[in-house]
Amino acid sequence: MSNYTSRLLFTATILMAGTILLASCSQENTGSPTGSMAENVLSGVVSLDGSSTVYPVSEAMAEEFRNVAPDVRVTVGVSGTGGGFKKFLAGETDINDASRTIKDSEIAEAQANGISYLELPVAYDGLSVVVNPSNTWVDYLTVDELRMIWQPGSIVDSWDDIRAGWPEQPIRLYGPGTDSGTFDYFTEAVNGESGASRPDYTASEDDNVLVQGIIGDENSLGFFGFAYYKANAGRVNVVPVDGGNGPIAPDEVTINDGTYSPLSRPIYIYLSASGAAKPQVRAFVEFYLDMAPSLVSEVGYIPLPESDYIAAKAALANF
Amino acid sequence: MAFSSEREKLNLRKRHARARGFAFLCALVTWSSVLILGILLFQVCIDGFGWLDWEFINSFPSRFPDRAGIKSALVGTMWLISLVAAISIPVGVSTALYLEEFAAKGRLSKLIEVNIANLAGVPSIVYGILGLAVFVRYFALGRSLISGALTMSLLILPIIIIASREAIRTVPMSIRYAALSLGATRWQTTWAHVLPASFPGIMTGVILSLSRAIGETAPIIMIGALTFVAFLPAGPMDSFTVLSIQIYNWVARPQPEFHDLAAAGIIVLLAVLLLMNATAIYIRSKTERRLK
Repeated sequence: MSNYTSRLLFTATILMAGTILLASCSQENTGSPTGSMAENVLSGVVSLDGSSTVYPVSEAMAEEFRNVAPDVRVTVGVSGTGGGFKKFLAGETDINDASRTIKDSEIAEAQANGISYLELPVAYDGLSVVVNPSNTWVDYLTVDELRMIWQPGSIVDSWDDIRAGWPEQPIRLYGPGTDSGTFDYFTEAVNGESGASRPDYTASEDDNVLVQGIIGDENSLGFFGFAYYKANAGRVNVVPVDGGNGPIAPDEVTINDGTYSPLSRPIYIYLSASGAAKPQVRAFVEFYLDMAPSLVSEVGYIPLPESDYIAAKAALANF
Repeated sequence: MAFSSEREKLNLRKRHARARGFAFLCALVTWSSVLILGILLFQVCIDGFGWLDWEFINSFPSRFPDRAGIKSALVGTMWLISLVAAISIPVGVSTALYLEEFAAKGRLSKLIEVNIANLAGVPSIVYGILGLAVFVRYFALGRSLISGALTMSLLILPIIIIASREAIRTVPMSIRYAALSLGATRWQTTWAHVLPASFPGIMTGVILSLSRAIGETAPIIMIGALTFVAFLPAGPMDSFTVLSIQIYNWVARPQPEFHDLAAAGIIVLLAVLLLMNATAIYIRSKTERRLK
């Protein structure tokens, strides 16, 4: 019996030694001695989750924040805006990345769970309507024409159904799947109701798949986030959109000053009150808003006008 | 004998031709799947090889492709697989031993058998949902490595159990009779003879199932593994990320450099997989030799 006990003890010791070794090894790797004194005292966890559209921005922030506060562990998950809100409203995360504003049903859940939150816009994303480069006839599309193409029960089957004089060739549509915030926003801006769309288009949650589809199909028309157009400019052609004030193509300037309308949208982070009570989370969000003008464009999005960031910082200070 | 030798010869030639045709068809099928795999690997290597260096292995994720690495994902995967192996192998092999060697062959064991076979076919996302409800929420283990490992273990247990049972069944009854007739108890027979004899087959099942676990993404995302993690897990209760999630995230990025990074990540994942399999095969051949 004592032999057995000593063996058990030995095993436990080995296991514990291993764990401690791993722990000390990883601690050594997370810390770096740079950073100001005031923020060096910050520690703990900042947890973000949510939209894959907002992810690149939050990732950049988390990466840069390590230089300022090396002892704070910032983690970013990707479970979609809706999936992220589920965790956020269950009190599991401090911040939710959102590519749309919070829905009524989610507001009700927040009230039921006693969670108060602050909505902070952090950048613009322009939805880009694109066609194949060998498409020579489309010079621009009006919002009405887009609605004609995409509305539920649409009868547009070929290009000449849209505008007289365009070729009598079948039109093939590509767009994000119904789970994506991009789809929600496009359908709301174009069809007037979030989620209302003709169902017979090629859908993918992966925008790169849409890019590939449009590149390979002369009669294609599709839409996706501006960052994906920018990375593939030259391989797909962007279509200027006329929202009532003449055709405007999306670029850094027209999205930032709001003339590319209605297909540019703000993307958000939501901060919970319990998160804001933690010093490291508050410091991270302040850092987020400070750095947004420079970091947002690095990852393919468009910064908000300066005044919006000032307003967001004021809202944060009062939260 | 002689009256139809011409016809017989013809017949024989036809049959040989048919046999050759079938052999050719089999070879063709085999080689075409190897070829497709080869093309895939070639493509991945072309894309990813340039990005593969120590910097890549030893850096945390970044928005700059030049600086991005897979350190946290690689370490997370190793943690996860070690925990999964530590949980699923003892449980799976014990279950197989119980069902084959100890359980009375009745209606109950039949029921368990059918259920295990069915569980092997359940989509992995269902295990993710189960893991989220049971381990993350009910047992309050949080979105941690241990939750992920327990969920993954559930996912691969049916495969381990089925493979182990097959292996145990191939052990000849004469070995059991010999041990029992010399006065060994059932436990001694199982532990000292049946288990070692079936060990190589069990290892094969373990290799296959752990290989599946290392590439799975859906259940791990479901239970809440993260994408950006710039620290290494210090223990089983820490949050984590794994290689497959990191690769998935890079593939979905707009910038083509990240697609190449994903290819580099795939090479690392394959290397880990090969290393794991090589170790298992080494252990298997070692134990096989000892038995002779």
